Amino acid sequence: MSGPVELLDRLSSVRGIRGSVLVSAADGLIVAESLMTGVDGRAVAALAASLTNRMRRATECAGRREPVFLQLQAPSGTVLAAPCGELVLVAIAGPDVNVGLARLEMLNAAGRLA
Amino acid sequence: MRSVEPWVTGPLERFLAESSARLTLLMTSSGQVVAQHGFARSLDVMTAAALGAAIMASTGEIARLVGESRFHSLVHQGTRQHVFLSPFETPRGRWIGLVVFDGESTVGLVQLFFDRLVVELVEAAPRQAPVQQVLPETFERELNASLRALFGR
Repeated sequence: MSGPVELLDRLSSVRGIRGSVLVSAADGLIVAESLMTGVDGRAVAALAASLTNRMRRATECAGRREPVFLQLQAPSGTVLAAPCGELVLVAIAGPDVNVGLARLEMLNAAGRLA
Repeated sequence: MRSVEPWVTGPLERFLAESSARLTLLMTSSGQVVAQHGFARSLDVMTAAALGAAIMASTGEIARLVGESRFHSLVHQGTRQHVFLSPFETPRGRWIGLVVFDGESTVGLVQLFFDRLVVELVEAAPRQAPVQQVLPETFERELNASLRALFGR
């Protein structure tokens, strides 16, 4: 089985993905990261974990099961997140990313991590 | 939120809004309270400040024993509520932040926004500190003035 760093490196090699980080959902702290320079991994980890926790609660309140994939689209790129047990896999992508391929890779990685 | 120093108010309000902290206390390294949020009783504030300063002093000694200059932060993890303690330098000397948070926040969020609070406090601090000599005859009056500022009564 691949380790977290290998999984992140593989994910970060998908075209358009600028970096990825594995976060502890309860703490919002980084477990492993593969980010390009200039990206504040600590901030991404804390805020993405908070967002995922809130979305999890929102879907529960709506009577749905917890989300398996989140896509947050911004003018200059996209933030993707896949909860996996007590962890959250987060990827930061540019506007050129193939979201379908990135989603497939993230769900695959999340499944292995969980 | 109550503050003895008015310039602390803005940065602290932003920290509270962003971190979702339940209780926050800013104090000097000797345990003198500078600002507080969420505490209802002055006795609780004074106790928390004294204990927070004592914890930082004792962990400072542990840091020294293991060859660290100091620990950046300290987290006490509870079942529902957690305590984050961190010393930081300001133009007014070394201060300590004590933050109590629950499931509405995470240690990562508190740490992230606490670091931003420290940057904002350092920028906002007046460079010319008023010289205040605490004398035994004025101690009680100054203490009462601080309590009025922190609790509004």
